[in-house]
Amino acid sequence: MRYIPNSPDERQEMLASVGLNSIEELFTSLPEDIRLREPLNIPAALSELELLAQFEAMGERNHAARRPSFLGAGAYAHYSPTIVDHLIQRSEFFTAYTPYQPEISQGTLQAIFEFQTLVCQLTGMEVANASMYDGSTALAEAVMMAERVTRRSRVVVSPAIHPEYLEVVQTYVQHAGIELVRADFDEQTGQTSIANDTALNAAAALVVQSPNFFGSIENLKAMAERAHKAGALFIVCVTEAISLGLLRTPGACDADIVVAEGQSFGVPVSFGGPFVGLFATKEKFARQMPGRLVGIAADKEGRRGFVLTLATREQHIRREKATSNICTNQGLIALAATVYLTTMGRRGIEEVATQCAQKTAYAARRIAELEGFSLPYSAPRFNEFVVRAPIAAAELLNRLANKHNVTGGLALSRYFPDKPNDILVCCTELNKRDEIDKLIDGLSSSSKI
Amino acid sequence: MKSHTPKAAPHVTQNEALIFERSQPGRTGYSLPPLDVDETPLDELVPEEFRRDDELEGLPEVSETDVVRHFTRISTWNYSVDLGMYPLGSCTMKYNSRLNEKVARINGFANLHPLAPDAEAQGALQLLHELQEHLAEITGLPGVSLQPAAGAHGEMTGIMLIRALLDSRDGVAESNSPRRNVMLIPDSAHGTNPASANLSGFKVKTVKSTAEGLTDLEALRALCAEGDIAGLMLTNPNTLGLFERNIKEICGIIHDAGGLVYMDGANMNALVGVARPGDMGVDVIHLNLHKTFSTPHGGGGPGSGPCCCTKELEPFLPTPRVVKDVRGGDETYKLDFNRPQSIGRVKAFHGNFGMAVRALSYILTHGRDGLREATEAAVLNARYIAQGLKDDYDKPFDSPPMHEVVFTDKRQSRKGVHTLDIAKRLIDYGFHPMTIYFPLIVQGAMLIEPTESVGRGELDQFIYAMKQIAREALEDPETVLNAPHTTRIGRLDEAAAARKPVLRWKAEEQVSAA
Repeated sequence: MRYIPNSPDERQEMLASVGLNSIEELFTSLPEDIRLREPLNIPAALSELELLAQFEAMGERNHAARRPSFLGAGAYAHYSPTIVDHLIQRSEFFTAYTPYQPEISQGTLQAIFEFQTLVCQLTGMEVANASMYDGSTALAEAVMMAERVTRRSRVVVSPAIHPEYLEVVQTYVQHAGIELVRADFDEQTGQTSIANDTALNAAAALVVQSPNFFGSIENLKAMAERAHKAGALFIVCVTEAISLGLLRTPGACDADIVVAEGQSFGVPVSFGGPFVGLFATKEKFARQMPGRLVGIAADKEGRRGFVLTLATREQHIRREKATSNICTNQGLIALAATVYLTTMGRRGIEEVATQCAQKTAYAARRIAELEGFSLPYSAPRFNEFVVRAPIAAAELLNRLANKHNVTGGLALSRYFPDKPNDILVCCTELNKRDEIDKLIDGLSSSSKI
Repeated sequence: MKSHTPKAAPHVTQNEALIFERSQPGRTGYSLPPLDVDETPLDELVPEEFRRDDELEGLPEVSETDVVRHFTRISTWNYSVDLGMYPLGSCTMKYNSRLNEKVARINGFANLHPLAPDAEAQGALQLLHELQEHLAEITGLPGVSLQPAAGAHGEMTGIMLIRALLDSRDGVAESNSPRRNVMLIPDSAHGTNPASANLSGFKVKTVKSTAEGLTDLEALRALCAEGDIAGLMLTNPNTLGLFERNIKEICGIIHDAGGLVYMDGANMNALVGVARPGDMGVDVIHLNLHKTFSTPHGGGGPGSGPCCCTKELEPFLPTPRVVKDVRGGDETYKLDFNRPQSIGRVKAFHGNFGMAVRALSYILTHGRDGLREATEAAVLNARYIAQGLKDDYDKPFDSPPMHEVVFTDKRQSRKGVHTLDIAKRLIDYGFHPMTIYFPLIVQGAMLIEPTESVGRGELDQFIYAMKQIAREALEDPETVLNAPHTTRIGRLDEAAAARKPVLRWKAEEQVSAA
C-alpha cells in the first residue's frame, strides 16, 4: 500500500526487534473468537487511475450539478476566488489538527482569531467562537445556551425557520426538557408574527431566521423588543450569510445570540457539507458559549500569540457539565470563510450582496409579470422569494429541468404539503441575466400545457 | 538506533500581523463581472431601515497578493502531518492523500446542491450508499447513518438511538413512567462521552479501571446491580491503547442488565480488518472518518462521525436514510424520509458529504488487504515505540499496546520535569508532541499514536529525541523546563489569557473608546 512507508523487510526487522515472529502476534490481546477469520468483503485496491475513473463516473450521474440553478434554501452557490481553495490546501493548514500546542500552531490560531473577528464584524456582535458544525446545529446549541442563561425551558420559534433546522433543534432538545412553541406566520407579508405575548412570557428565547426560509426579511428590531420585554433572549438565525453584507446586522437589532450558516463564504455546496456554523453572542454571555475560543496571550518576552482559551466551559475539562459536547468543529471550512472574507473584503462583500439582491429583484419583477404566476409575500427580500405557480411546483420544475435545462428552485411541497404550487427561487451573483431570462421563458412555457 | 540525524533545524520564519492590521483603505482583492440586469434603486431593493449603516467598517481592505502572502506566512507557523510524525494519541494523525482531495472536488460532487431531486443526484446517493455498506462490513453493524458531523456528534446520535430503543422496548415513550437513565462510562473515557450522555438526558456513572488498565468487571457488575442501566459507553481499544479483552463479557453484563453497549470508535485504527465491534456484542458505534479513514483534520475539522448499529437499532437512525431500490434489474438510490421511529435529524442535509467522498476514496484505494495492512502497520509502529522507550520512561501498564501507547513523567518528575515540559522540548526536536495529560486516570500521561504513516527512520528519530529528553531531564533540566527554544514564540501565558479574554481584534479607536 503506497501510503505506508515501511517495506515488508523493514516490518520483519521491526517485528523481530519487538520480539515477535509474525504480524498475527501483534493481536494476541484480542481473544481468538472475535478475530476476523476472513478478509473483509471489500473490493481489492484500486489504482489511482481506476479510482479517478470510478469517481468521475459517479460524479457524472449528478446531473443537477451541471445546469444553471436557482436552488437556495440553506445552500447557496456563490463565486469563490481561486485563492480560497488554493490556500486551504496548504499542507500546514489542512493536515494539522486542533491547535493544542500553540507554539507550533500559531498559523491556525491566528486564522481562527481573525475568523472570530470577522464573524463579530459581520453580525454586529461582541464575541464569536471558532465554529460549529453548520447553521442547523449552531441553532440547536443556541437554543440550549438560552436555556442555560435564563433557566427557562420554553423556546418560541418562528415557523419561517428552515424546516431542517427546526428538525435538528427538535432532535437536540428532546431530552433536555425544552419545549418548542411555534410563533405565527403572516400569510400576507411572509414574516413571523406573534399574535399574543402569552407564549413569550416565561420563555427562554424567541428564535427568528432572517431573511427567513421564504425569503422575507424579518423586522428584527421589533422582534427583539418583544422578546426582551418578556425577559427572553433574542436568537437570530441566518442561513444566507452573504445577506450580512447588505442587511442591518442582528447585533444592531439587539440580538443576544446570532447563528449562521457560513457556507456562502467561498465554500462549495457539496451536497450539503462540509459547511461551517457561525456562533456569536454578547460579551456577557461568553462563558456560556459552546465550542472553542481563541484569545490573545503573551509569552515571557511579551510577544503576542494566540491560544485556545476559556476551556473550562468545554467537555475535556467539565465532562458532563460542559456547555456542549462539541470537540472537533469545522476548522478548515472556517479558514475558507476567513480567506474568502479577507479576499472579498469590505467592498467585495457588499458588492456581492448587492448583486444578489439586484438580480433577485429583476427575477422577481419579471416572474410577477407572467400570466398565472404571483409572488404571495409582500415583505422586503434579499435573494430568495416564493413564486406561486398555476400548476404543481414539482411538475413544473421537472419540465424546466428536462426541457429547458434549468433547475428552477425548490418545490416547497418537499416540506409543506399545503403549498403544492409554491417554488422557492434564489438568485446569486453567479446567475447571469440570460439564465434568469431562460428561467422566466421556461416558467412561462412550462406552465401552459 | 541507526539514525542520529536531527529531524529539525532552526530557520527563518516571516513575521506577519493580523490581516486587519495590514488593511489599507482602497485596496481590493476581488473582481466581479459588472451587474447585468436593470438596476433597482437601493431603497426599493431593501428599505433603509433594514440595511446596514456601517459600510462594513473594520473588514479588511487588502489586495490578492496581500491575502496570499498573509495566509502563506502564517501557515508556516504550523506543524502538520505532511511535515512529519504527529503522534497525538487517539487522534490518528495519518497521511491525508491528495487524491482524496481531488475526487472531493469533482464538479459533480462539489457543485451538487443538497436539495437536488434524487433522480438528479444518483451518483452522490450511490456514493453514500456504498460507503454505508463498507462501514457496515468493517464494523459488523449493518445500520449506518452518515449524518453526524464529527465524533461527538456521532456519540450523541448513538446514545440517542439507545434512548429511543429503550423507550420503545420498555413502553416508556407513551407513558410517563420512569426511564432507565444511567449511562456507565469508564474513568478513562474521552470528555465528549459524558458530555454527550448529559446532552441526551442520561445520568453518568463512572466505571473504574483495574490496575491493568482495563474495565473493572466487578465494579461494572456492582453498578449494574444498582439498576436503571441504559447502557455503557466504551472505547476499545481504550484510551490507554489496550484492547478490552473481556469485551464479550462486558457486553453480556450490560445486556443482562437490560442496557445496550455503545462503542466510541475513536480507536478503530487498531481494529479495521482484524476484528469487528459487531462480532464483540457492541450495539452501536460511531466512527471518525477524520481519524481512521484519513479525511484531513483541517486544523480542527471538518470531521465526520458516522453511526453504525445493529438491526435492532436501525429503525431509530436519523432521517432521511439513503436506500437502494432494485426494480427489474435497475438500481436506483433514494432518500427515505418515512422513518416513523427515527430520533429525527441531527444535521441539515446529508452530513459532511465531502468527507464521505474522501473516506470512500481511502477505502477503495486501500482495498481489503490495504485496510488490514494499515492496521498492522499502525499497531507495529506503536509497539516499536513502546519497546524503544520503555527503559527511559515509566510505562504504567505492562500489557502490549495496540495502536497507541501511554507513558508517564514519573521518572522525570523527580527532577521537576513534567509531561508538559517533555512535550514542549519535543518540539525542538522537530516533532509535534503526543497527547498529554489524557487519559485523566494516568498522572502525567503521554499518549503516543504514531499511525501507520510513519517509517522506521522517523520512528527512530522520535525515539532518539525522547531518549535525549530523558537524559536532559536528568542532566540539564533547565533546558527542558524552558522549552521550546526554537519556535517563533515561547510558552504562552494561558492563565492570563483566560482571566482577561481578548477574543477579537478591535481598531485602536474602538479599544481606546472602550
